[in-house]
Amino acid sequence: MTPMPHRVEPARHSELYWMLSDSWVLTRRSIKHITRNLDQLLSLIIMPVMFLLLFRYVFGGAIDTGGTTYVNFLVAGILVQTLAFGSSNTTVNLVLDLRRGIIDRFRSLPMYSSSLLTGHVLADLFRNTISGLIMVAAGLAVGFRPTADAGEWLKVLGLLLLFTFAVSWFCAILGLVVRSLEAAQWISFIFIMPLTFASSAFVPTGGMPAALRVFAENQPFTIVIQAMRAWLVGTPIGNDGWLSVVWCAGITVVCMPIAAWLFRRQARFPAL
Amino acid sequence: MDNAIVVEGLRKSYGKLSVLEGINFSVRRGSVFGLLGPNGAGKTTTIRILSTLLKPDGGRATVNGHDVVTDAHEVRSSIGLTGQYAAVDEYLTGEENLLMMGRLYRLSMADTKRRTAKLLKQFGLVDTAKRPLKTYSGGMRRRLDLAASLIASPSVIFLDEPTTGLDPRSRLVMWDIIKELAAGDTTILLTTQYMEEADRLAEYIVVIDKGTVISQGTPGELKARVGSERIELVIAEGSDFAAAQRAICAEGDHADPKKRTISVATKGGVTELKDVLDRLTRDGVEVETLSLHRPTLDDVFLTLTGHAASPADANGTSDGDSKRCEAPNAEDAKEKERIKS
Ligand SMILES: Nc1ncnc2c1ncn2[C@@H]1O[C@H](COP(=O)(O)OP(=O)(O)OP(=O)(O)O)[C@@H](O)[C@H]1O
Ligand SMILES: [Mg+2]
Repeated sequence: MTPMPHRVEPARHSELYWMLSDSWVLTRRSIKHITRNLDQLLSLIIMPVMFLLLFRYVFGGAIDTGGTTYVNFLVAGILVQTLAFGSSNTTVNLVLDLRRGIIDRFRSLPMYSSSLLTGHVLADLFRNTISGLIMVAAGLAVGFRPTADAGEWLKVLGLLLLFTFAVSWFCAILGLVVRSLEAAQWISFIFIMPLTFASSAFVPTGGMPAALRVFAENQPFTIVIQAMRAWLVGTPIGNDGWLSVVWCAGITVVCMPIAAWLFRRQARFPAL
Repeated sequence: MDNAIVVEGLRKSYGKLSVLEGINFSVRRGSVFGLLGPNGAGKTTTIRILSTLLKPDGGRATVNGHDVVTDAHEVRSSIGLTGQYAAVDEYLTGEENLLMMGRLYRLSMADTKRRTAKLLKQFGLVDTAKRPLKTYSGGMRRRLDLAASLIASPSVIFLDEPTTGLDPRSRLVMWDIIKELAAGDTTILLTTQYMEEADRLAEYIVVIDKGTVISQGTPGELKARVGSERIELVIAEGSDFAAAQRAICAEGDHADPKKRTISVATKGGVTELKDVLDRLTRDGVEVETLSLHRPTLDDVFLTLTGHAASPADANGTSDGDSKRCEAPNAEDAKEKERIKS
């Protein structure tokens, strides 16, 4: 047999290097999960495309959106809904990781444990950028005519990433509090469905009953949708531009430490 | 520092269920240590505590001198763990799995690549290296799992039933790898349900049951404790069974007139065997078959964990009808009675 190898010494780098390295290694892993699991990606595209067609052709004619055409109004809403559902994959993927044996291996390694969370969240940015592009393309195919210039497209992309980042951290929390895979699959819907429908995603909020309207006009999804819509098709933006950034940053700042804390607790790590 | 692993009074319970009730043992550096016990004994729980996955409720444990609770990070840097259930990534290829683990173990890129290539070769996974694990068979997955825990050539390795599900050839390969690692000064703590495996690999064995250590020693010591080596004879039909008994039975031996079997304790020497046969020949007894029976770790296991009534049972020499040999005369009388009735 081959002679015993000499011990391999760990490479010497700063802790910051290893923190970034661990996150990068696990982000690449999560991205491979996305690209090799086409079912997941496909299901993410199919539902929003169906929503797009349904609203565009079935309800669209009956909805008055004032100056803009309905399809121009709709695309921002569908886009944000797609992003939210995309992020909800973090819930499921996290539960899958925690329930499979691989979490034991990760926990027994000298790595930064929270980089597993970071990996899932950063991979969501990749996934949502792709599904965002597909949604815009699908919109163009059914009559969406954006007026955005290069700067506005960049703002849309920036907000897409910020929004994804925020919602993914929230979804990570959900993945850490549910006990089963079944629960992981529906729990994010409980939050995403009301937030997308009680918003200006599909219809203007003007026709809603007073209480609902107050909620719909001030909740973060609406604000993000309004900002996207303003940049895409030139509707009035008001305060929605900076407000949407504040909301996304706020959600991230609150959810990130909670997720990290839950992860350590759930994983029953000895204090590290 | 002579011991790589030291466990003192380790306790753990899940709610009301007490799983470990004060376990003590230590593992000499560079040795292979076997942790045996029936299902649910607490083997996996012990390994999970030692590999920092689980916090003990009481007692303490150190690996390479580092406390598994307070110095978890140092412990993790020097151990490799192959758990009872495969801990690999289904969507990644075999090679990608190893590369990922190498980086997470903080090896340099060059070392990671070098070790990956070497381990793929060593574990016979070169041909399947570029295939996602979803397409691996159970045994291939197990081998990759083991390879992953060796990527950083850790100085202490925990193997929880490493060869369960492997074919005989892969098992032999695994045994070679384990021996080789031990020869290279790696400390290995393994659990197994295959006593032959424990016998071949482990220098020292601790048997636990219901959360406590019930016996420990080298395989030889444990076997000696359940009984000695025995000569098993079947006396030919035409010969006088009672005469055979008189000729060779000593106190503590076993005889079964119905099956015509006699089991005699021996120290295993050739002279002793020859002596037994000589005595039978002298008294005109013909022997049909003869075999030597050594106690195995299976016997040890069954005896210790209470699934066998007596050491004799464990030795496989007897069943319900067997009789312990007493003083020859008494046995004689009984035999006569039996013939009468
Ligand atoms: N997470 C858990 N929650 C509750 N009980 C548990 C848990 N893990 C293990 N146990 C219990 O602890 C006891 C010991 O389990 P352990 O897995 O350590 O046994 P083992 O010796 O490895 O058995 P096996 O040979 O079957 O692998 C069992 O009774 C088991 O039911
Ligand atoms: Mg076990």
